Amino acid sequence: MRARYAYALAIIIGIAIVVCFFLDEIRTVSVLSFSLRYAVPLILAAMVGIVCERSGVINIGIEGQMLMSAFAGFFGAAVTGNLILGTLIGIGTGMIMGAFLATGAVTWKMDQIIAGTVINILAVGLTSFFYVQGQVLPGNTPIVAIPLLSDIPLAGPVFTYAAVAIPLILWVLLFKTRWGLRTRAVGEKPSAADTSGVGVDPMRFWNVTIAGALAGMAGAYLAIEAAGTFERGFTAGRGFTALAIMIFGAWNPIGALAAAFFFGLTQGLASQLQADEVIAIPQQFINMLPYVLTIVLLAVVSGRIKPPSAVGRPYEKD
Amino acid sequence: MAADEREVLLQATGLTKRFPGVVANEDVSLTLRKGEILALLGENGAGKSTLVKMIYGLYAPDEGEIRIKGEAVRLAGPRDAIKRGIGMVHQHFQLVPVFTVAENIVLGDEPLRWPFVNMKSARAEVARLSEEYGLKVDVDAHVEDLPVGTQQRVEILKALYRRADILILDEPTAVLTPQETDDLLRVMRGFADSGVGVIFITHKLREVLAVADTIEVLRGGKWVGTTVPAETSQEGLAQMMVGRGVLLQVDKRAAQPQEVILDVQGLTVTDDLGLPAVRDVSLQVRAGEILGIAGVEGNGQRELVQALTGLRRCSATTVTVNGQDILNKSPHDIHALGVGHVPEDREKDGLVGPYSVADNLVLDRFAEPEFASRGVRDRKAIDALSTNLVQQFDIRTPGITTTVQSLSGGNKQKIVIARELAANPVALIAAQPTRGVDVGSIEFIHSQIVGARDRGAAVLLVSAELDEILGLSDRVAVMYDGRLVDVLDIAVADRARVGRLMAGGSKDA
Repeated sequence: MRARYAYALAIIIGIAIVVCFFLDEIRTVSVLSFSLRYAVPLILAAMVGIVCERSGVINIGIEGQMLMSAFAGFFGAAVTGNLILGTLIGIGTGMIMGAFLATGAVTWKMDQIIAGTVINILAVGLTSFFYVQGQVLPGNTPIVAIPLLSDIPLAGPVFTYAAVAIPLILWVLLFKTRWGLRTRAVGEKPSAADTSGVGVDPMRFWNVTIAGALAGMAGAYLAIEAAGTFERGFTAGRGFTALAIMIFGAWNPIGALAAAFFFGLTQGLASQLQADEVIAIPQQFINMLPYVLTIVLLAVVSGRIKPPSAVGRPYEKD
Repeated sequence: MAADEREVLLQATGLTKRFPGVVANEDVSLTLRKGEILALLGENGAGKSTLVKMIYGLYAPDEGEIRIKGEAVRLAGPRDAIKRGIGMVHQHFQLVPVFTVAENIVLGDEPLRWPFVNMKSARAEVARLSEEYGLKVDVDAHVEDLPVGTQQRVEILKALYRRADILILDEPTAVLTPQETDDLLRVMRGFADSGVGVIFITHKLREVLAVADTIEVLRGGKWVGTTVPAETSQEGLAQMMVGRGVLLQVDKRAAQPQEVILDVQGLTVTDDLGLPAVRDVSLQVRAGEILGIAGVEGNGQRELVQALTGLRRCSATTVTVNGQDILNKSPHDIHALGVGHVPEDREKDGLVGPYSVADNLVLDRFAEPEFASRGVRDRKAIDALSTNLVQQFDIRTPGITTTVQSLSGGNKQKIVIARELAANPVALIAAQPTRGVDVGSIEFIHSQIVGARDRGAAVLLVSAELDEILGLSDRVAVMYDGRLVDVLDIAVADRARVGRLMAGGSKDA
């Protein structure tokens, strides 16, 4: 029943977009392109949450993982003068942060919320302490020309392709492959996986670590592609918004992709309407939108969508 | 007996496993041959589960050797055990509720059409196995929607799919109706005939005698003996398990029912999800009789007891004790009218684990003038009563100041029984009174319940153990899907008839 409403909503929005495109091509493209760019880090970060929670590990530290990666990626690019190297440094940092969470939450069987919070606090502290003003990036990320695709005005930069492709790939991995079946088993009923010969802790450890790479990508995107700079507290709660998107998307990569785009769309639309002076409200209220939307959506859907059963509980043999 | 020529599948020698503070298994050995059903018998805590968990690779033995088909092995985990042909049906089913039957069965050993799981061949293989062994399942059903009996079939198929020739069943009959149990015993015999070695763990003596070829008995983590059904009896097995003679039949006189004490009319209760769990139940219990409620767990018994003891809101035309209305009264008020309650989960609802034996024994009365004056507790009175009850109810504890959580299940339950019976209740509501309790204590608890009846209490007994219901009750009510399908006099209530009703059969059948 709920899925049916979601499909209906998606179709209505899709039709609205097409109609708008014929009415006013320039503005529609501008809104869509803004929406997609806004959604990219949210999509990537929501995938982090999905991989972790489907394996039974809450990752409340996505925010911190992104912040550290944005920091490392930005300064890596600034110091080496190479954007691709910077991006790779960001992704690597994300993986290290992922392994950090995995060590705490899986190997040491710490409380998962505490382990994630440690990462968030650590990230704020470290990035603020080592922050240096006045660094600049060496130019823009390359536009990769993929025939047809890159002609679509919204797409272009590598990150955007990745943000759309990764959820689709992840969906196939989760629901069609052996890795997916085992990951979901570990997140739903780890003792069943264990007695079937699937190692619960190794599975969780590697999933959380590799998911960290995605958080690294999200952070690198923010600093290198979206903003072109780094500031203190730069991620501004996107890691937490991504968790809301994960829930709204029912822990399904494609659902989360749609939810993130919906988030971006509201933001893009509001900005456009304000720029055109259709609505006269201060910029601050526009900036509040994603947070208000997060609260409203969570209030509406929470309790109706079931998370993976074993999420949040370290696995102990009885 | 002639020397057994059949191939030895599994040989465990001198297995010892220690946990902090306890030796769970000490120098235990067993031999399992092809086509043999070996029953592993023992009380709770005798070390049966620990032993098979070592065989299945879940625990590593501290000492001793396991040989599988002649080869000495060190199992690093279940994966190793599975690879060597060991399959296990766990007491608590190890199935993923949101997965389908086929997904559950292939998990960990998935057929691939790289890079994907080949669900088509998985479903076909499961359907074939289900056909071959006569274990009917719908391969595409989600496990969470299946009744427990079917879930157990899925567990067994899971082991067969892995080509297990050593099959361990850990208390498989605990969750089954009598008919399902008979079916399972037949299926086990079928496996043995096809050459599988079966290890069957249970504490139900009747089943052991019905199906086992060899019986190994454990007590307190140690091996106490081997026997065969032809050379022993239920009494003999009980004596081996407990280490002394045990009275299996409850010794009781015919009931002398008096006036109606507990009167329930039109009771309807909903469960945690808001779904109806008890539907329009009416019953009466008279002073001096035991009304037993039989039924497979999850048919509304829990909610019924909770409603009657004030732990769950309900609706009804009448719920009275001695004529006084107790409908939706607080547990405290109901207790004050003389209703004793032995809850099914003693750890959660019956005791405060970190409190002492003495404090738990006055948990319901600590504020009464007898045990406290002007808000200050009267330690002397409490201690006197406790010392007395510990003796009277044979509670094995180092002292009355010992914390309850350090005692065994049987002794914990005796504390609950002692407390609830000490005040001479007019009605006693006992749910699963002997669950997880050793045979020796069961005997004692049963005699206490019958004693309360003889002193004129109206007893409502809820139990998933049919033998307990049939042994104690004066009348038997059968609950199915939230309704009382029939109430039988004990004289006409036999296993077959009650079992049929428990499985949802009509009373005329």
